[in-house]
Amino acid sequence: MALGFDISLAFLVVVLAAWTIQVHDTYSAVLAFVVFGLLVALIWVRLASVDVALTEAAIGSGVTGALLLSAAALLRPTESTVAPPGAAWCTAAGVVCAIITAGLGAIALLLPDPAPTLAPLAAANLPQSGLGNPVTGVLFVYRALDTLLEKVVLVLALVGVWSLAVDRLWGGIPALWPATCPDSTLTFLAQLLPSVGLMLGIYLCWTGADHPGGAFQGGALLTAMWLLVMLAGVRAAPATGLLSLRLLLVAGPTLFLVIGLSGFAIAGAFLAYPPGYGKPLIVVAEGALTLSIGVTLGLLAAGPAERAREP
Amino acid sequence: MTSTDIFALCATTLVGLGLFGIITNPQPLRKIVAFNVIGNGVFLLFGVVAHRGAAAGLGADPVPQALVITGIVVAFSATALAVALLLRLAKQTHLLTLEADDGSDGDLS
Repeated sequence: MALGFDISLAFLVVVLAAWTIQVHDTYSAVLAFVVFGLLVALIWVRLASVDVALTEAAIGSGVTGALLLSAAALLRPTESTVAPPGAAWCTAAGVVCAIITAGLGAIALLLPDPAPTLAPLAAANLPQSGLGNPVTGVLFVYRALDTLLEKVVLVLALVGVWSLAVDRLWGGIPALWPATCPDSTLTFLAQLLPSVGLMLGIYLCWTGADHPGGAFQGGALLTAMWLLVMLAGVRAAPATGLLSLRLLLVAGPTLFLVIGLSGFAIAGAFLAYPPGYGKPLIVVAEGALTLSIGVTLGLLAAGPAERAREP
Repeated sequence: MTSTDIFALCATTLVGLGLFGIITNPQPLRKIVAFNVIGNGVFLLFGVVAHRGAAAGLGADPVPQALVITGIVVAFSATALAVALLLRLAKQTHLLTLEADDGSDGDLS
């Protein structure tokens, strides 16, 4: 029964991926990609990785989908200007990709048994940190440096996106095209949903210490609510030059870095937590990171400044 | 054949399909989407490895899971940067190819 479900799920995901690659219209391809991402999230649940499933559904499918959909809509007029490659080229590419797939598949099926695992080590040392969710444990205790650097990557990517603005518009307002009809269902939803979404985002961040959830998943929910509000035209997109906005962007990584540096003084190592204070420090860092991640993801999706800032 | 094996084959097929899309589809936005399909395949392979490493009462090894969460976020920021570059290119040249530029148009104001 479960095997039948898994086979159908895997089959559907492969069909959707093939559709995403092969369909002529880019907009349809992106729509298929969003559905594909949601089904991949289901596979993650079947692989007992609920934290990853939440992240995939929220960021891999949701926020990426919003970004790609708006790009597909903007690029639609340019689509017909590109010539497709010839049949011989496609056949050659197909053969190469089939060989790579077969090779990878063979490797994946012949992985060593029993599989190497760090799960016992991760589980054995988890009680010292006060956390209950081993994935949060890896993200914020064992491999906290990776998580810190990843926040820096997010901010750097945003700097990259912003610097694509025309010089005179630096610090201006991103071009999110808000819906033009006021009092529509979208406006109503944009006023109703954020209260629920914000609560859920905060809950996901809070519960991440002990259950599936955490700063990424909570932050992505905040992003979704913010994008909804901006796209419905209830609130305008902020000017990228606002000092308060920039402080919000770096608040999470900075606080995490400060906690990490203070580890030298109070626990003897970078990103170490003093005994008994691990969980409170992690929850504080996660709270600030959730906010920063939410704002960063939203601004990444909104793109570079395209309008001058009102004086 | 177990569920984990099925998902392993699914993941490798995604890598192959995505690679095919990157090579054969001439539109840059479609290449970005294909890049994300490859990414999903690679992440799922991590998931398969994590699930095979289930031990100590955990359903899956948490270390690959944490790596994938980080990976998904980084893949999104790379996608956002690529899309922004693409939109700027389209705005500058009014057409969208990755062919060599003949240097005739483009207004870099």
